[in-house]
Amino acid sequence: MEKPRIATCSLAGCFGCHMSFLDIDERFLELIKLVDFDRSPINDIKRFSQRCDIGLVEGGCCNEENVQTLQKFRKNCDVLISVGQCAINGGVPAMRNAIMGGDDPLKDCLEEAYLTCPTSYNPAHEIPNDPALPLLLDIVYPCHEVVKIDYAIPGCPPSADTLWHTLVALVKGEPTDLPYELLKYD
Amino acid sequence: MLGEVNFEIDGVKVQGWTGQTIMEAADEAGIYIPRLCDTEDLRPAGSCRVCTVKVNGKPAAACTQPISEGIVVENNTKEMNKYRVDLVEMLFSEGNHLCPVCEASGDCELQAMGYRLGMTYYHHPDLNPNRTIDASHPDILLDTNRCIFCGRCIRASRDLDGKGIFSYVGRGINKRIKARAERLVDTDADLNDKVFAYDLCPVGCIIRKREGFKKPIGTRYYDHKPIGSDIQS
Amino acid sequence: MSKETSAVVKEACQRIGRERHNLLDILLEIQEKLRCVDQEAMQLIGEELSISSVTVEGVVSFYAFLSQEPKGKVIIRLCDDIVDRFAGIEAVAEVLCEEFGIQMGETTEDGKISLEYTPCIGMCDQAPAALVNDVVVTNLDVRSAREMAKNLKKHLNPAKLVKKLGDGNNANKWIKSMVQNNILRRGEVIFNDEGTPEAGLKHALTKTPKEVIKTIQKSYLKGRGGAGFPTGMKWNFARASEGARRYIFCNADEGEPGTFKDRVLLTECPDLMFEGMTIAAYAVGSDSGIVYLRGEYTYLHQFLEKVLAERRKQGLLGENICGKKGFHFDIRIQMGAGSYICGEETSLISSCEGHRGNPKTRPPYPAQEGYLGAPTVVNNVETLCRVPRILEKGAEWFASIGTKESTGTKLLSVSGDCESPGVYEVAWGITVRELLKMVGAEEAAIVVVGGPSGQLIGRTAFERRIAFEDLPTGGSIVVFGIERSVLEIVHYYMEFFIDESCGYCTPCRVGNVLLKKRIEKIMDGLGELEDIAYLKDLSKTVIMTSRCGLGITAPNPILSSLEHFPLVYSAIVKKRHDGLQQGFDIKRALEKSREIAKRRSRIYDRAYGEKPISVENIG
Repeated sequence: MEKPRIATCSLAGCFGCHMSFLDIDERFLELIKLVDFDRSPINDIKRFSQRCDIGLVEGGCCNEENVQTLQKFRKNCDVLISVGQCAINGGVPAMRNAIMGGDDPLKDCLEEAYLTCPTSYNPAHEIPNDPALPLLLDIVYPCHEVVKIDYAIPGCPPSADTLWHTLVALVKGEPTDLPYELLKYD
Repeated sequence: MLGEVNFEIDGVKVQGWTGQTIMEAADEAGIYIPRLCDTEDLRPAGSCRVCTVKVNGKPAAACTQPISEGIVVENNTKEMNKYRVDLVEMLFSEGNHLCPVCEASGDCELQAMGYRLGMTYYHHPDLNPNRTIDASHPDILLDTNRCIFCGRCIRASRDLDGKGIFSYVGRGINKRIKARAERLVDTDADLNDKVFAYDLCPVGCIIRKREGFKKPIGTRYYDHKPIGSDIQS
Repeated sequence: MSKETSAVVKEACQRIGRERHNLLDILLEIQEKLRCVDQEAMQLIGEELSISSVTVEGVVSFYAFLSQEPKGKVIIRLCDDIVDRFAGIEAVAEVLCEEFGIQMGETTEDGKISLEYTPCIGMCDQAPAALVNDVVVTNLDVRSAREMAKNLKKHLNPAKLVKKLGDGNNANKWIKSMVQNNILRRGEVIFNDEGTPEAGLKHALTKTPKEVIKTIQKSYLKGRGGAGFPTGMKWNFARASEGARRYIFCNADEGEPGTFKDRVLLTECPDLMFEGMTIAAYAVGSDSGIVYLRGEYTYLHQFLEKVLAERRKQGLLGENICGKKGFHFDIRIQMGAGSYICGEETSLISSCEGHRGNPKTRPPYPAQEGYLGAPTVVNNVETLCRVPRILEKGAEWFASIGTKESTGTKLLSVSGDCESPGVYEVAWGITVRELLKMVGAEEAAIVVVGGPSGQLIGRTAFERRIAFEDLPTGGSIVVFGIERSVLEIVHYYMEFFIDESCGYCTPCRVGNVLLKKRIEKIMDGLGELEDIAYLKDLSKTVIMTSRCGLGITAPNPILSSLEHFPLVYSAIVKKRHDGLQQGFDIKRALEKSREIAKRRSRIYDRAYGEKPISVENIG
């Protein structure tokens, strides 16, 4: 029987969830006996080579590129999982959603970040706008508001044990309920 | 007049006394009924509704509902816990609850309730409140975006401290917690007030300054045991 | 500190009284005199009443008719009920905004005029309507709105807006209003002319209080405010409860959108209502009554005071009423300040006690521990108006009208898309179809029975009966024609509940907002099958966990429309092929960014505005 294929990506996140994934340490050897990795920063494969069984998404959507990547994941994965608080509810990047009270919140946000905040050093007094930069979305969206998401693994990041526990359960077709100490939002 | 009252919670026979609420009798019997607004020493408010149980088939808040002879209470059932998850999810989406950046994380009752009920994410859109953050006081920080409207601080400041520092203003979804002055420092709020000294705020709305993230992960209140473990026998 | 504020606050507290339960009266007076209750005033009131100023702010910010920012000398409140909206209130608003050069919610720079919207003011049968300070202006249109603006600019005197007086007591010198009663059907109990004034009271006083309660119980009279609690039982509970005093409250805070029958009773039958209160007082053993009159009906206040004064003169109120030794009872009127939730009996009591209008924890019920901790009976205006008739003509007579479980008659306030909107007194048990024929609305497509907290029904349910056991109603019947959108109606009603929720409990405060958001998603054409399940699911939680009737009934518009108009929901649910969630709009999400960056999206702009993006043509 063919092994289940897994793809992973990091959108508006810090790669912390991927780092935590690496923390499963020697269990990686066990994992690759159970699954094959497709598109993922872990093996540096940039494009889907074929349809995958499981997609792990770290980070929420703060720009158009995130949306595009997420769309591709939804298209190419049978089961899509939000990994970590950023994917689940926007996390740290979504702190900018809290300043949505003004008339032009996105502008306020960019100005605060690049121009007016006390720690900004920006002699050119410019907000970065290189054509290669993807456009920002109006707010940071959790993944499930952009595409349909099947599961969520909470945590910031989810611990290596949490990730291990959930992945193994999924691959083996067992219930994914987490023991108390593994279910954390931080 | 103290009289014995016999009733049932989830099929378990419980004995309480006349005048007790379902919550009080259950606590004494070692049965935990989930709650967020209710806490020891304060008059129950019945506002979070997480303690909703069914009494003879009808919903009621366990923290305010008095016991009576022979009632049948449904507490830890699939149906009641579903409502509770919904309520916790509502509170998460109403306020600004980004656990990773919150000083209360690990000691937060809202978060702990999510853990206990097995909530992995919430279905609702965030309402992204834009409320006051008040750092004026030398010892206390208020981030009212994290308020879950349990009203503990109002009750404690009024009933335990006799100061009445806090009140709700506005109504409906625009309701806010507010201190007596625009800046907390302009009130007589003091870290020794019971409202602060007892750490009554269940979330990270009232924060003691200079203490954030002091406790390492793994040593925080709800890291290893679910909320309610102190009651559950 | 301003001298004026200080003087006004001190004078008001001095005259009205420095107790907490005087707070609402104090605030209303200060609002009227200073056009606002600002921080300074709240500080002073707090000092006068020995409560925290933020507690005062809590109360001020609870009521729509109290404001912390100065309002204009004349406040024009346009009724934005769904009936008024369909009748053209928005066009009226446009004219007024243009005339005064301000937006809705603003005050002119000279401080003369404020424009705002307010929920149902009880004039749906003469919509669109508005309150100009206390003056009611009805049947507005673009032309009369312009005239109104001109008139106000010239005189700044709302009283001058009343040109033609209404029917009946509306023309009374103490009311002088252009409001019409529109009593279109006189039934057997209230609007018949056979009753003898005060016969019920006099008869009651020949019996013992217990016998009076027995009579009411035998008549099976149920509360007419909507909940339908048996009146006799309520009285019995209050009588049996211990207390140094007992109170009789008359709930004249009818705020359910589409209800206006109490307004007509207050105008035409105040004596009957006060007589009912007096009988209740005798039965329960009370010496003190309060009428809680909704702020929207302030124009009736003076008239009601005159009626009370006359009753005192005639010995129908005061000491030893009708010569009955030892039976003392008097009534005062408490004005409300714009809050629907205060029609809920325990909120009403909170409000009278000078607190935020939050419902109270039950038990104890008001009949056990109500106003200021005393046993309190809260009855609706219409309920009380029936009491004298029952005493006069007998419980059997009353019980013979209507159905077995719903005895007597019911006043229905009918409005919306019908030929003859107005008040109809009918026997309980009438079918919706019979009623629609009576009011000239046989073509109706949607009927809201019982207002937003009742049921939205369609043609398949028109054979159902209006009765407690089938389709209960506190009096509101709103009729809509085929041209109206079910979703627009549902959305409006959810908006109404959100605005009027006190915010005390989680499910009502948050749940209704989330429900409304999901209805909006469906209205935007982005509905999915999961949304229907979501609506049902969340509605159930709100119903099961809410603390009072508002939350428990708030999801009714959604649930009843899902039940009776399923096609409305299924027709707009579309399928998407790009894998994105229906609710996520990439175009809208990028709009601001494109504007700020002044460039197009390199990913999504190729298909921008032309055709939906499919995953195939993404990079």
